[in-house]
Amino acid sequence: MSAPGTIVSALPAQRIAGLDADFWRRVLIALAVMIAVLLPWAVSDYRVFQFTQAAIYAVALLGLNILTGYNGQISLGHGAFFAIGGYAAAILMHKLGVPYYLTIVPAGLAAFAVGVLFGLPALRLEGLYLALVTLSMAVATPQFLKYFDHWTGGSQGILLRKPAAPLWLPIGRDRWLYYQVLIVLLIAFWAGSNLLKSRTGRALVAIRDHPISAAAMGINLPLYKTCAFGVSALFTGIAGAMAAIVTGFVAPDSFNVFLSISFIVGSVVGGIATVSGAIFGGIFIQFIPNIANQISDAAPWAIYGMFLLGFMYVMPKGVAGFIKERAIRYRQARESADADEAR
Amino acid sequence: MTALLEVSDLRASYGPAEVLHGIGFAVEEGGITALLGANGAGKTTTLRAVCGMVSRKGDVRFAGERIDGKATEAIARLGVAHVPEGRGTFVRLSVEENLRIGAYGRRDRGAANDDMERMYQHFPKLAGRRKQQAGTLSGGEQQMLAIARALMLKPRLLVLDEPSFGLGPMIVASIFKIMETVRREQRVSILLVEQNAALALELADHAYLIETGSMVMGGPARALKENEQVRRSYLGY
Amino acid sequence: MTQLTQQILSGVATGAVYASLALALVMIYQATESVNFAQGEMAMFSTYIAWTLVQAGLPFWAAFLLTVLISFIGGVLIERVIVRPVHDAPVLTHVIVFIGLLVILNAVAGWIYTYTVKEFPSPFPSKPLFGGAITGHDLGVICVTLAMLMLLFAFFRFTPLGLAMRAAAQNPESAKLAGIRVGWMLAMGWGLAAAVGAVAGVMVAPVLFLDPNMMSGVLLYAFAGALLGGISSPGGAVLGGLIVGVLENLVGTYLIASELKLSTALAFIILVLVIKPSGLFGRVAIKRV
Repeated sequence: MSAPGTIVSALPAQRIAGLDADFWRRVLIALAVMIAVLLPWAVSDYRVFQFTQAAIYAVALLGLNILTGYNGQISLGHGAFFAIGGYAAAILMHKLGVPYYLTIVPAGLAAFAVGVLFGLPALRLEGLYLALVTLSMAVATPQFLKYFDHWTGGSQGILLRKPAAPLWLPIGRDRWLYYQVLIVLLIAFWAGSNLLKSRTGRALVAIRDHPISAAAMGINLPLYKTCAFGVSALFTGIAGAMAAIVTGFVAPDSFNVFLSISFIVGSVVGGIATVSGAIFGGIFIQFIPNIANQISDAAPWAIYGMFLLGFMYVMPKGVAGFIKERAIRYRQARESADADEAR
Repeated sequence: MTALLEVSDLRASYGPAEVLHGIGFAVEEGGITALLGANGAGKTTTLRAVCGMVSRKGDVRFAGERIDGKATEAIARLGVAHVPEGRGTFVRLSVEENLRIGAYGRRDRGAANDDMERMYQHFPKLAGRRKQQAGTLSGGEQQMLAIARALMLKPRLLVLDEPSFGLGPMIVASIFKIMETVRREQRVSILLVEQNAALALELADHAYLIETGSMVMGGPARALKENEQVRRSYLGY
Repeated sequence: MTQLTQQILSGVATGAVYASLALALVMIYQATESVNFAQGEMAMFSTYIAWTLVQAGLPFWAAFLLTVLISFIGGVLIERVIVRPVHDAPVLTHVIVFIGLLVILNAVAGWIYTYTVKEFPSPFPSKPLFGGAITGHDLGVICVTLAMLMLLFAFFRFTPLGLAMRAAAQNPESAKLAGIRVGWMLAMGWGLAAAVGAVAGVMVAPVLFLDPNMMSGVLLYAFAGALLGGISSPGGAVLGGLIVGVLENLVGTYLIASELKLSTALAFIILVLVIKPSGLFGRVAIKRV
């Protein structure tokens, strides 16, 4: 056992190092937000629309990261929660005449409810079994949407009116939507990273890494695991609602298996179990297919697949994981250089 | 006598942390060498480094040939049979299949059947359980199976990592007796890591003492047994 | 009653295809601890190779054997070139690599052969046999699958190479210490899985027709079959595949319209898994603290 004194004396040094890292993180976040705010004025309307989509995906991926990355429950079917959010918003707007900005929270809550319900049977399933079940959910989603056509409009889907910017604001519709999505994204990421830094977040990680020890420490496994499902679905559902509003359209075939697969791809490529990874992932799933298309008209998806392999070979822990590793290595190198100097 | 295994300046690391800092020792042709030391001293890592199971540097020669750059399976094929920590039993295969796998790396696979019968004579307990799943054997039987599996390779060097671990004294005694017989009859050299220093020094003709990744002393087993420091710290009298 | 027999037998025939693919999944799972989501697309690609060979004028069975051989080599190459670099990476990284492989194979097949649906010849007579209980094709599929399973069983059970492959999958480190070249064993496992998949593809193509997306449904059923039987048990996976095939057919005939057939069959399987999470025949995974 070490004396209490050593712990106390170790603290200030840690705090200084922590402050250093924290300081630089804050600078980076501020910089990223600034770029995000200025971005629409540097690119065309169409690109703004694409960045809006990427931001929406990022929110969806944050949800998936909480569940799969931090809590270790693999989901290959998050497109279903995206669909629930999208359809909830669309039905509220189309059938009940609710203004678009009031649909986001109810849509998120609807996804939350379904997520919790889904999390209950998921308690019995682990790893691959959960992967199969969620994959099945992704496969079944379009079929269900078509089947309940009274509410969903069947294969035709629901057409919505895209919201325009208020008259007193001198910006186009795309930029108006972009800024609103950006605000939701900032709130979502602020909430998400605070949640993960809290006691709850640590409990989620403990359950992922060592379920038995976590239970022995008094963490209520079923409660946390179902809540993780619910919260994850909440984020993804909110993203789905925004997607419905921004594209002005929902239809069963836009929520197919491929969407769910894109989500897990984005999540891992961006960096699973990281918050910033969701942003990189969103950018990846929005833009890489376009780039692939530009490279080869004939077989764009082959190029996309090669991008996937390439990313995984170079950065097996995703973009965010790669950056983190580099930063740590840089810091170690600098510290040992400092130590050498001191000698 | 000439050395069958010669190790000098062996370094090994897990990730960035070096855990062996230049170890040197030798196993003589037909001899038994024991590595002694406390938990975490680096005995197991030394064996793993010899067989290429951790990233290592240094000069390791087996029968005069450099093996420090070779892959584990290539080293095995040269005639080094390693019974790893935890025995490495193929728990879902039968006893007989375990023995057959032991013979996979040798050239004269035709003679393997005769050797299998010889193993059953050495270890009569295994003979009655040929078709049984290896995972259902008791700890002592699994240790016998592991040694038998290693001998099926017809090795020139047998590397054993704590063969007495978790076993009762009776079984340990019989296993050590079998090792002695095997060495005499088949002229197999043995490199042994053992917690039970008294037992190891009884069996071995050479012994080395490892502390925190470095060699602190080595020589004839008799000399170590009489050493004051070894006696106090490892023999406990 | 006769209709029921008919439906069950035709379900067994489809199930045989699911069983083959399920077995391929289990073979790779046992060696790598991850599910090869590209297994279906690999089988699809093999089927296109068979189609090309038949178009080139080869007799069906010659084309079949050649396809199996080419698929084996292809599987070995895929392991060596694509899977090996991420061997030590986390499971999710494997999943993404497999998805990448799936997408590439699908796109390349579409690029070479276009996405138009092609007919694929069946080597078996299509006329009904035994008073209409089973079609010639279905019976043929069952026989070919059975023969393949027996061959595989004999290979793994009675040959030194088969034993070495099992050992390498079970305890790679210990296998290396016995002188087994574990890397090659894994590659061979991929080759065999690809060959088994090729058989499944060629057997199912006359029914499903040939197009780059033909295997996506089959893979899902095979995955479900593998898990239903227990992913740790090859025999269980085969049985699981058969059960899924019969179940799918019965659900489609008696219970519900075909749009929801897939969902219903999956829902049923999920129910079974919730009740018995390690599958019907799988080992219960022991948790260590």
